[in-house]
Amino acid sequence: MKGTNLGEFEELVLLTIAALVNDAYSVAVCDELEKHSGRTIKLGVVHAVLNRLEEKGLVKSKLGEATSARGGKRKRYYSVTNGGKAALIKAKDLRDALWSRIPELVLKRA
Amino acid sequence: MNKPKKKTHPPRWAVRLLTWYCRPSLLEDLQGDLNEYFDRNLKAKGPARARLIYILDVLKFFRSYTVRKPEFFNLLIHWIMIGSYIKTSSRSIVRNKLFSAINIIGLAVSMSVGLLMIAFVTDLLSYDDFHEKKDRIYRVITVEKRQENPTTTLASSSVRAGKSIQESVTGVEQVTLLRRGFGGDATVGESVIPISGLWADASFFKIFDFPMLQGNPATALKEPFSLVVTETAARKLFGDVNALGRSIKLDTTNYSVTGVIKDLPKLSHMRFEVLTSFSAAELTRPIVDGDGDFMSWENIYSNYTYLMLPENGDPENVQASLDKLCAAENAKLHNRNIMLELQPLKAITLRANIHNPIGPGINQIALWILGGLALVVILSACFNYTNLSIARSLRRSREVGIRKVMGALKTHVLGQFIAEAMIISLLSLLFSFLLFLVLRTQFLSLAPHLQNLLSLELSPKLIFWFIVLAMVVGLVAGILPALFFSRINAIQVLKDVSSIKIFRRVNMRKALIMVQYVFSLIFIATTIIGYNQYKSFLSFDLGFKTENILNIRLQGNKSNLLAKELAELPVVNGISTSTLVTSLGSIHGMQIKYNNANDSAGVWLNFVDENYLPLHEHKLLAGRNFKAITRGAKESKVIVNEQVLKRFGIGQKDPAKALGEQIFISKDEKLTIIGVVKDFHYGTLEDTIEPMMFRYSSDQTLGYVNVKISSADLPGAMADIEKAWRKIDNVHPLDAKFYDDQIEEAYNQFSVMVKVIGFLAFLAVCIASMGLFGMVVFTTETRLKEISIRKVLGASEGKLIYLLGKGFIILLVLSALVALPATYFLFDKVILINFPYHQPIGFTDLLISFLSVMVIAVLMIGSQTLKAARSNPAQVLKNE
Repeated sequence: MKGTNLGEFEELVLLTIAALVNDAYSVAVCDELEKHSGRTIKLGVVHAVLNRLEEKGLVKSKLGEATSARGGKRKRYYSVTNGGKAALIKAKDLRDALWSRIPELVLKRA
Repeated sequence: MNKPKKKTHPPRWAVRLLTWYCRPSLLEDLQGDLNEYFDRNLKAKGPARARLIYILDVLKFFRSYTVRKPEFFNLLIHWIMIGSYIKTSSRSIVRNKLFSAINIIGLAVSMSVGLLMIAFVTDLLSYDDFHEKKDRIYRVITVEKRQENPTTTLASSSVRAGKSIQESVTGVEQVTLLRRGFGGDATVGESVIPISGLWADASFFKIFDFPMLQGNPATALKEPFSLVVTETAARKLFGDVNALGRSIKLDTTNYSVTGVIKDLPKLSHMRFEVLTSFSAAELTRPIVDGDGDFMSWENIYSNYTYLMLPENGDPENVQASLDKLCAAENAKLHNRNIMLELQPLKAITLRANIHNPIGPGINQIALWILGGLALVVILSACFNYTNLSIARSLRRSREVGIRKVMGALKTHVLGQFIAEAMIISLLSLLFSFLLFLVLRTQFLSLAPHLQNLLSLELSPKLIFWFIVLAMVVGLVAGILPALFFSRINAIQVLKDVSSIKIFRRVNMRKALIMVQYVFSLIFIATTIIGYNQYKSFLSFDLGFKTENILNIRLQGNKSNLLAKELAELPVVNGISTSTLVTSLGSIHGMQIKYNNANDSAGVWLNFVDENYLPLHEHKLLAGRNFKAITRGAKESKVIVNEQVLKRFGIGQKDPAKALGEQIFISKDEKLTIIGVVKDFHYGTLEDTIEPMMFRYSSDQTLGYVNVKISSADLPGAMADIEKAWRKIDNVHPLDAKFYDDQIEEAYNQFSVMVKVIGFLAFLAVCIASMGLFGMVVFTTETRLKEISIRKVLGASEGKLIYLLGKGFIILLVLSALVALPATYFLFDKVILINFPYHQPIGFTDLLISFLSVMVIAVLMIGSQTLKAARSNPAQVLKNE
């Protein structure tokens, strides 16, 4: 078991869910990611990742209300669990720690 | 809700596919997402693209985490319930005796044909299975192309090719060369026994597994003039004594037996009694007429090359080397291209449309046709089951309702009805197996070719496939009724049985009946037309007379000796000799030239004596017959047919002017035309009439003596002729056949085809009729009350019969309208164009087939409807 370690894309998806707060369902996540990263995001990939995050216990989901959009199908809204929050913070800490070790002039922009 | 106007929807089947495979927990969200994307794409990219993307997405979402796991619990229930299914099914079978009988008999009869096909195919596929290295063995076959002619493919190849492969082609483990035509009359001590076999070189036993009982396989074929015999051949030659080390004499050469092998398995593509060392062929270099030098690249007619690749060897590489070899050799040829190809051992038997085969085989197309026909008959029986089951759904629907109320799911009901169909088809399998045992002997005795080719013996593998067939038939027959029953709404059924619309699927059922009748009609019409064509071939005016002519094969005896003996018999009216018997398909040809040295053409050939033309009553358009020439005198005359004049433009195509003209049969041999014979059929009726000529030869040893018989007492005449033959030849049995019988034999394949299709037609009609009968019985039973009320209200019997039968008759007429033109088209445009001299298709044939089917159908419909119409309304209506 990989434990709570996050892959790069998993981390992005998790962050997006956190950022979207109450409106985080698959298509919205997909659009948001596309907007920010500038790369084409496939729905299938996002779906698979959401499913995996839920399996790992980093997000939880519930079905929303039925509307006339989407052919009458309900949306599945995702929210970050405490475990998910911990994983995000851990990832950020790790990065910050590494960043702080880099001498300034190495990454200085030309 | 305010719905937008007609919206474009995602493709329904894709939605269904998604619903089918996706886990219920994920389904709704996923569908929603796809819908959202679909709507977006609809606006941005238009409906066509949007639908395409939707389909692609549905396919792309097929992943391990979305796919639903099989529900083992359900399967378990099926297992537990199977006892109950068997019980209810057997009750229902017993309760409806008529319908069960129709189903079981129909399925049994049709499946027996299927079993026969399976046994047939299994036999063909297990050909040469006994060779351990069968997957690595290839035969080198020859594809020849001469100028503008189409290519011919030969199983044989030249010795030169074989030797070159042996020496220079890499990536080949073993090569063996074979040659056919070994044999003759062997002298063993005092007796003379004819034998036949192959020449084979020393590596033969390294490639092929023919177990050797005595002798050493490695050395048995090494020395020239050694002989390997099969057990049976050993017994034939030497009796029960040990064969090893003994010798036989062929002509003047002694051969000594160096090995005895087990008898060949029946399913071997090569057949022989004896093998002799190929080195002897290399020493003697036997020359067959017209083949050319033994080692010539162009001598491709009598030798065979087999090779074995090393394990994991690549046939492509060998083929590349062969192509290179051919390119180098063909560069030396003029107007002729000889290519070599590798043919896997296992493919040999199924590809018999190749010249010079070494053993029996069959054309794959024939197999496909037979398989297709068997399939049609089986499907027809399946349709019966489907039709009758759905029609009777009324009576089973309550049972289904109860089952559903008790908690049966759709899939359970589906399983139940498929299980029921399986039970019926397995039951039919028992009957069809018995039928198969009968059919098997009948089928094999249809043609000697089949007997030679097939054994049709039972094996565990075969039984396994039989059961598979029964299961598949059960599935196909049962799937539609099972689907129908599984959709029944339990509440509705239990509340009111009549709410099931039994006539709802009437169109589908009608369509199935129509398909059955279309095929029945096509079969019957094909049989009748085929039979008439076949008959017309037998009685065709060939351009000469064949009545009462007995052709006796000389088998090495001198024709004039035999003629002298026969001439003394009172029943013999005339005697002539010829090298071959025309119009049977055997041919012999050569190239000739007229006055233009660059213009040569192939001309068919028959060597005859001076009595041949009058005996067969050939018509001479001009000139005269041959005159007897003394033996050894130089041949100088020839009689040609009209086509020769036409081909070369001799004498402006006028027979009288052609007389005295000369043709060249080789560079410095020429023959003078002394007569022109009217065109006649030299080949079979599949061939057009081509240039041919008669050459003179007074005495022969290889051809035939043609005897005209004038006696009414045929057995007596045959006995006399047999006696005369015995005076000359004590070794070979007399081989004499009447010309007319030989013609019948030559068209034997058509007679076999007509018999097979006729039999299938019979089955198809029986099955379709039974199905129709079942439907009529059902319809009249269900409408009995209606009939009674109509009768009470004053409808006449005739009107009622018309009312009940009308629908069925319309169906039959419709199927005839489809089937008969289709058959006509099939024969006119596809089959008969291969026969330039066929009779026109008779419309009476089509009419007869239509009427015969109609009469049976009308009888059945009539009898049942009449029964219903005559029923006493008081009796029927009383029981309400």
